[in-house]
Amino acid sequence: MSINTKLNVNGKDHEVSVEPEMPLLWVLRDEIGLTGTKFGCGIAQCGACTVHVDGQAIRSCSYPVGQIKGKVTTIEGLGSPDVMSKVQEAWIEAQTPQCGYCQSGQIMSAAALLSANPNPTDDDIDRAMAGNICRCGAYPRIRAAIHAAAKSMQEA
Amino acid sequence: MSKLGTITRRTFLVASAAVAGGVIFGTYKYKQPVPNPLLDSEAAKQPDFASLNPYIKIDQDGVTVITPRAEMGQGIHSTLAMMVAEELDLDWKTIKTEHGPASNSYYVSTMMEAMAGHQYDHSKKANIIRDLTHIPAKFMGMQITGGSASTSDGFVKMRSAGASARLALTLAAAQEWGVKADTLKTEDGFVINPANDEKLAYTALAVKAAAIEAPADPPLRDPSQWRYIGKSVARVDIPAKTNGTAEFAIDVKQEGMLHATVKMSPRFGAGIKSSDTSKAEAMAGVEKVIKLGNNGFAVVANNTWRAFKAADAIEVDWDVASYPADTAGIMKVYEDSFTTEPNGTFDEKGDVELIFADAGGDLVTAEYRVPHLAHSTMEPMTAVAQVKDGRVDIWAGAQSPTGARDAVMAADTLEEGTVHIHTTYLGGGFGRRSENDFVLSAYEIAKQTDGKPVKVTWSREEDMQHDTYRPAAIARFKGVMDPKKPLAIDVQIASASIFLSMSKRSSMPNMGADPLIAEGTAGQPDDIENVRIRTYAPELDIPVGFWRSVGASYNGFFHESFMDELAASKDLDPVAMRLETFGDLTPTGNKVVEKVAEMAGWKGRKGEDGGGRGFAYTLSFGAHTAQIIDVSMTDRGIKIDKVYCAIDVGVAIDPRNIEAQVQSGIIYGLTSAMSGEITFEDGMVVQSNYHDSPAMRIHQTPEIEVAILENNPRITGVGEPGTPPSIPALANAVFALTGKRIRELPMNRYVDFV
Repeated sequence: MSINTKLNVNGKDHEVSVEPEMPLLWVLRDEIGLTGTKFGCGIAQCGACTVHVDGQAIRSCSYPVGQIKGKVTTIEGLGSPDVMSKVQEAWIEAQTPQCGYCQSGQIMSAAALLSANPNPTDDDIDRAMAGNICRCGAYPRIRAAIHAAAKSMQEA
Repeated sequence: MSKLGTITRRTFLVASAAVAGGVIFGTYKYKQPVPNPLLDSEAAKQPDFASLNPYIKIDQDGVTVITPRAEMGQGIHSTLAMMVAEELDLDWKTIKTEHGPASNSYYVSTMMEAMAGHQYDHSKKANIIRDLTHIPAKFMGMQITGGSASTSDGFVKMRSAGASARLALTLAAAQEWGVKADTLKTEDGFVINPANDEKLAYTALAVKAAAIEAPADPPLRDPSQWRYIGKSVARVDIPAKTNGTAEFAIDVKQEGMLHATVKMSPRFGAGIKSSDTSKAEAMAGVEKVIKLGNNGFAVVANNTWRAFKAADAIEVDWDVASYPADTAGIMKVYEDSFTTEPNGTFDEKGDVELIFADAGGDLVTAEYRVPHLAHSTMEPMTAVAQVKDGRVDIWAGAQSPTGARDAVMAADTLEEGTVHIHTTYLGGGFGRRSENDFVLSAYEIAKQTDGKPVKVTWSREEDMQHDTYRPAAIARFKGVMDPKKPLAIDVQIASASIFLSMSKRSSMPNMGADPLIAEGTAGQPDDIENVRIRTYAPELDIPVGFWRSVGASYNGFFHESFMDELAASKDLDPVAMRLETFGDLTPTGNKVVEKVAEMAGWKGRKGEDGGGRGFAYTLSFGAHTAQIIDVSMTDRGIKIDKVYCAIDVGVAIDPRNIEAQVQSGIIYGLTSAMSGEITFEDGMVVQSNYHDSPAMRIHQTPEIEVAILENNPRITGVGEPGTPPSIPALANAVFALTGKRIRELPMNRYVDFV
C-alpha cells in the first residue's frame, strides 16, 4: 500500500506516495525523474544503481525507500554539468567511460571511497570497487581515474 | 550508343555478394549520390538551416556532424567526427555530433567486404572485388553498427563529406567577396582571405554554400597534413557520461509515459498452454496486461518496479520446447551434426588424408568445446514507443536503425515515412542490439496504450534468458608437424548457423554455407601445405546471433589452442613457430608477433618468477592481433597478472581510444574464458543474473599494455579484434603454468581463478 514518504535528494525535499518496499532506485527514476542512476540487475550485484545515503555508497535497487533515513545523493547531486566534482573531472581526464551505462554507479562508489580514504591503494580500490561491474571493461581507466582524483583532491 | 548499351557495358556482377543479397546491381545507379535525409527533418524548415550533405548540418549554433553509427562505447561518434573535422577544418572544442535519423543513405559500404575472400589477401584482384562489394552494400542500404566496420566504412566517406563541404563553403565566400576561391583558406570554422585577413564563419556562409554543387569526392589531404587523425582527442560523449545526463533508451522521458515490462516464454518457440493474469491485473499501479501473441505477456503500469512485480505474479504453464531439454541433449545434436553433410568447406589445399595416412604416432588430435554465451549488456533491453495518429516513434539503442524501422513496418505493412527511429546512446551493444526483438515488442505494447508513450524495460532475468546467444561450438582437429611448423591441419567445426537463425526472425536471407562458423579458423595466414576446414550446422530453435567477434570468438580459442598443442608436441617455442607461418603476410603479420614478444620480453612459456605465459595470434576483422598473457598461482587460485597486446590497424585514428577498445575486447574475452556460459535445464536457460553469470570485476583485471602498429595496407576497426586471441592466450598460459590443457570453456570448470 502506498504511503506518503519524505525524501531529501541532492539537497531538495521530495514527497512521494509509494509502497515503502519500493526500491529507492525506482522512486528516483520513475517517481522523481532522476535517471542518472541506472538499473542493471535489481539484486545488488552490478552496482549500476549506486547512490549515497549520508555519504555511504548503497545499492539503490535493493534498498526499500521506507528504510531510508538519511540524505540521498545521486550522480546529479555530486556535481553539476557546469561544475563537476574532482572525481568526475578525473574521469573525463582519463577518458574513462565507454558505453557509460555503469559509470554513474562507478563514480558514486569511487566518491564514497575517496571521502573515506583520501589516498587509496590498488588493494583499497579493488575492495571498494569490486561491487561495480563494467561490461565494457573500463577498469584500467577507472583505477587510473581514482588515483588521479585522489591526487587532485589532496592538492586542492 | 544507346543508354541501354552503356548500362550493360558498365554492369558488374559481384558473384558472392549478389547471391547473398539475391539481386544483381549495376554501377550506373550506384554512382548516383544518396538522398540527404537531413532535408526531410523538422530542423530543415528553419531559415538558417543548411545541410551540405547527409553528414553535415549547419545552423546558427554551429556545425553538427551526423555520425550515423550506434555509440555503444566504442567512441565512434568522435572517430567519425574527427574524419570530418580533418577536412572541414573545424575546431575540436566546438564539435557537435548527432546520430541522426534512420536512413538507407547511411548504409555501411564495407560490411560485405569479408565476402570478397580472405582478409589477408591484398592482391590487386582481391582489392578490386572488395571494392565491388560496396555496390550491393549501397543497394541493401543497411545502416548497421557491427563487424568492426564503422571506421573502415567512414574513413573515405566522412573525410570526403568534410572536404566537399569545405569546398562549397570556400566557393560561397569567394562569391561573397568577388575573389577567386583558390586564394582563400579555411581554419577552425571560418573561411579566411589571407590578402586582407577578412573572415566569414561557416555559419554565415552555410545557406549560400548549400546551393553550390560541390563534387562528392574531392581530393583528400595527404596524411602529412593531418591535424586530428593519429592524435587523441577528448571524446564528445564522455562529459555527459560522467554527470548522469547521457540519455540511454531507458532514460527517455515523454509526456504521459507509462512503464512496462515483458514476461516471455522461457522455452524458445514454446507458447502458452494456460495462464492466469488476474492477480497481476489487480496489483497496484497496473494499467493492463497484454498478451504478446502466444509468446508471452507485457504488463503496463505507472512504475517499472510495479510492472516487474506484476509480471512475476502472472501464472503461466508454458509449452514444451522443440529442442532437447538440457545442455547434454543440445550438445548431442551438435555432436551428431558431424555425421551430416558439411555446411561448408574452407581453405582446402594439399591432401591432409595423404599426410595423415603416413603420420603414425605423429598425428596430434584434439577436441575443443565452448558453450552458448549471453551478451549481458549493462543496460538490459529497453525501448520507448509511441503509436499515435498514424505515426510510430521509437526511441531505442539500435545497432540497426533501418532494420528496426523495416521490422516495425513489416509487422503491420505500414507505409514508408510513418515509422521514426530515434537512436539513443546504447548501454552496451556487443551485437545484441542489432536484433529487433526489443523494438518490436515495444511497438506491439504501444499499439495498445491509446496513443500514450510507453517505456518497456526488460528485467535482467528476462534479458539473460531471452538473448540471441553466441552459439555453442565443437571443433575436432587433426594435425601433423614438420620440424619447424605444421605440415597438415584438418578441422571439423560444428556450430549453429547465425544466418539461418536470423532468417527465421528477420528478413535476412539464409545463405546456405555460413562463413561465420569457420571465421577465425578459416582465413588465418597459415603458410601450411595441407589444410582442410569443414563446418557443420546443427539446427535447433535456440536463437543465436552476433556476439562480439562472432565466429572468431570461439575459433580463436580452437585454432590457437591447437597451434599451441602442435608446438608443444615438438617442444617448439609457439612464438618462433608462428613466425614461420605468415607466408604472403610476411612481414606485416610477423611484425605484430615480434612486437608483442618484445613487449613481454618473451623467452618461452615459463616466466622468470615461475609463472606461465601464453601466446596467441588471430587475424579478425582485418586486424592482426597478437597477445601474451602472464598468469601465476596464488592460494586463492590462478591470477591473471598481465596482458600484452600488439594490433595492426592500418591507420590509427585515435590511439587512446583504440587502446580502450582493445582492452575492452580483451576483458570481454577473458570474462567468457573464465566463467561465461549459458546452460539449459527443462528447456530453459539456467543462468538469470550476475550472481550465476559472473562478469570480470576490477580486482580480477590485469594491467593491459597495448601497442598499435600501422603496417596493414587497409584501415581496420578495433571493436572486436581484441577478443579472439585473449581466450586462447589465457588457456595457453594456464597450460604453461599447470601443465593442464583446458579444451572446454569456461575454464572455471577445471581451475579456480582469483
